[in-house]
Amino acid sequence: MTNPGDAQQALWQFPGGLHLADEKQLSSERPIARLATPARLVLPLRQHIGAANQPLVAVGERVLKGQQIASAEGYVSAPVHAPTSGTVAAIEEMPVAHPSQLPALCIVIDSDGAEEWIERHPLGEGYRDLAPLQLRNRLRERGIVGLGGATFPTAVKLQPGPGRRIDTLVINGAECEPYISCDQLLMRERAAQVLAGIAVIQHMISPAQTLIGVEDDKPDAIDALQRALAEAGLTETRVVAVPTRYPTGGEKQLIRVLTGQIVPSGGLPAEVGVLCQNVGTCAAIADAVYHDRPLISRIVTVTGRGVATPQNLEVPLGAPMAALIEHCGGYVDGVARLIMGGPMMGFALPSDQLPVTKGCNCLLASLAEELAPPRAEQPCIRCGACADACPAELLPQQLYWYARAGNLEQAREHHLFDCIDCGCCAYVCPSHIPLVQYYRHAKTAVAAAEREHEKSAVARQRHEFRQQRIERAEREKVERLAKKKAALEASKRAAKERAAAAAAAGEAPAEPAGDARQDAIQAAIERARKKKAAAAAAGVAAKNVDDLSEAQRARIAAVEARRARQREASGEAKDDASKGDDNGDTRRSAGS
Amino acid sequence: MLAVLVLTLIAVAFGLLLGFAAQRFRVEGDPIVDRIDAILPQTQCGQCSYPGCRPYAEAIASGEAEINQCPPGGQEGVEALADLLGREPLPLNEEHGEEKPKAVAVIREDICIGCTLCIQACPVDAILGAAKLMHTVIEAECTGCELCVEPCPVDCIDMLPVRETQETWTWPKPAGSGRVIPIIPARSSQ
Repeated sequence: MTNPGDAQQALWQFPGGLHLADEKQLSSERPIARLATPARLVLPLRQHIGAANQPLVAVGERVLKGQQIASAEGYVSAPVHAPTSGTVAAIEEMPVAHPSQLPALCIVIDSDGAEEWIERHPLGEGYRDLAPLQLRNRLRERGIVGLGGATFPTAVKLQPGPGRRIDTLVINGAECEPYISCDQLLMRERAAQVLAGIAVIQHMISPAQTLIGVEDDKPDAIDALQRALAEAGLTETRVVAVPTRYPTGGEKQLIRVLTGQIVPSGGLPAEVGVLCQNVGTCAAIADAVYHDRPLISRIVTVTGRGVATPQNLEVPLGAPMAALIEHCGGYVDGVARLIMGGPMMGFALPSDQLPVTKGCNCLLASLAEELAPPRAEQPCIRCGACADACPAELLPQQLYWYARAGNLEQAREHHLFDCIDCGCCAYVCPSHIPLVQYYRHAKTAVAAAEREHEKSAVARQRHEFRQQRIERAEREKVERLAKKKAALEASKRAAKERAAAAAAAGEAPAEPAGDARQDAIQAAIERARKKKAAAAAAGVAAKNVDDLSEAQRARIAAVEARRARQREASGEAKDDASKGDDNGDTRRSAGS
Repeated sequence: MLAVLVLTLIAVAFGLLLGFAAQRFRVEGDPIVDRIDAILPQTQCGQCSYPGCRPYAEAIASGEAEINQCPPGGQEGVEALADLLGREPLPLNEEHGEEKPKAVAVIREDICIGCTLCIQACPVDAILGAAKLMHTVIEAECTGCELCVEPCPVDCIDMLPVRETQETWTWPKPAGSGRVIPIIPARSSQ
């Protein structure tokens, strides 16, 4: 029964962390149920970390189950697929589950109930003949993202970078956050599928060893994985029970516990030869490769004492959260909050009429006494409990002072971006300071400042380029004029010499023609000067006004009349003569 | 006597060294202008009464202009400049305009007659078009300077506020307790 590999694995520890009441038995005792496809699905175009997608379908178009409906824009991105067959009812901005509560562009599909699949090309075991690049492309096209909650595109993560070798593949089944049990149920019920996904990753990156880390409070999941492992015959793959301690499921923390390797600050696990994938992602990879099933559903833990029968549901993406709650028997009296994610890292939702997305691992309906509402913030007493609890070895108190004072530069130097938002510091804070909120604020403020900075750098460059262009044009004009003048003078000199020569020869000079030309030039210069003066008096004059419709002309006249009134009102010095000129000019330009 | 000689020699040697260094490591341009320019928002709107952000930065550096003449930079910008230059922060000078929310120019394309006046006015070449053809603003490049609004003969350019999206949203800062317990208890002066 036991795999030879899992006999005894040396384990390490990460600093900080907490022991929390896990509350998983609330939802983990019932098997995974399937939520019937609701009549209407709402699919946000951006369900991953990275650039927003563009819709590929039009309103009224019929789509098939598994059809790609939104393109992936940019490298770090993942497309969206139709979770069922039906008709596109709308493409519009709708409320989505996001802490900002800002709406986002969504594709709305009305299901026709037929569940008609698009043509599929399952690979089965044939994937072993494909190169890693081809498999990566398939995962990318099937919209696979990390299902642990971060929703980072898996195809990007499976590309460790040139010259980097992955020694250890870490599979994250720790699921450390209280209440959440979707990974536990997946491992218990679909261990073979998880291992099939692991085999695909192993084929792609050929690691020396694979470690599946599961917290030791889930013996059922460990058992199921080990049984399936004995059948699957994966080499150098071990299931490792890791001590239950929040946040072991953090990528860097789990890597440290399993391998002792410390991922450098601001770096990627690939830098220490490790790649980490969530068990849910592995199952999705197996689906995409074996059955050509894109990521169109996920397992969601519906839990909390505020819901009648907490359980795990396999849900088509885009289903309204209210449908999940209803499937679980509805709310219990006294339900206070609905949270997406767990009690530590989740955020409260304003409504349950929001769609389930790729990153939605848990819906937690809590009673008022179950999760205490945020308490009033008290002054920091500098006890240092936050630093003891921090699993990322940061100085939460320093970060707090910097974030509070808006000193973003210092916050950054104190490794603000190594903070994993786990919430341990805020949990232990005796002054109830919402520390994570301060850090999230600082992180997004830094990002906003960077965007501003980049934008102003571009503006500076474009402005300088424009200045240079204008200068060059001026210079060229001056040079051209000088050349012309020189040429003219030379020809004049030549003419004079010829005239002198002719006079010397006793012929009559032919001057009058030249005088007429000079007069014409003078007259033209005078006209241009007058026109310029009129334009200057009018402030601006319409250009390119020939071939305009009557309506456009009327509009120009109206705008200019309004401007003239404005000028009068603003008391700009204008004598009657120039106003007369102004009107004349308007008539001229409108009538020309 | 020897001491005087030695000291003179040292003085000459250091003088030469300094003279050489001054030539060899000469700093081109004025670094303080660059640092002021880096703080300015590069809107290039000219509201400060200088033709662009760089000329304003030069004017600040030479003491010709005050640091509170840039409405797009806002009070925050004034404070950053005060910080850099070691001056007292001043309130934004209202003569030069007031701080407004960020906006971009948008051309109503059905009304545009293709006059090219706005293209000539744009300080960052963010308007695309040709004579008698419709113009459009490249939103990503627009600094919101409003210089294109006035020249338009058909008033078809609107300044629309920049919409907040999930990507540009920032988490709100917690209100805080409002109190800070000082590390060192305040002592009464003796």
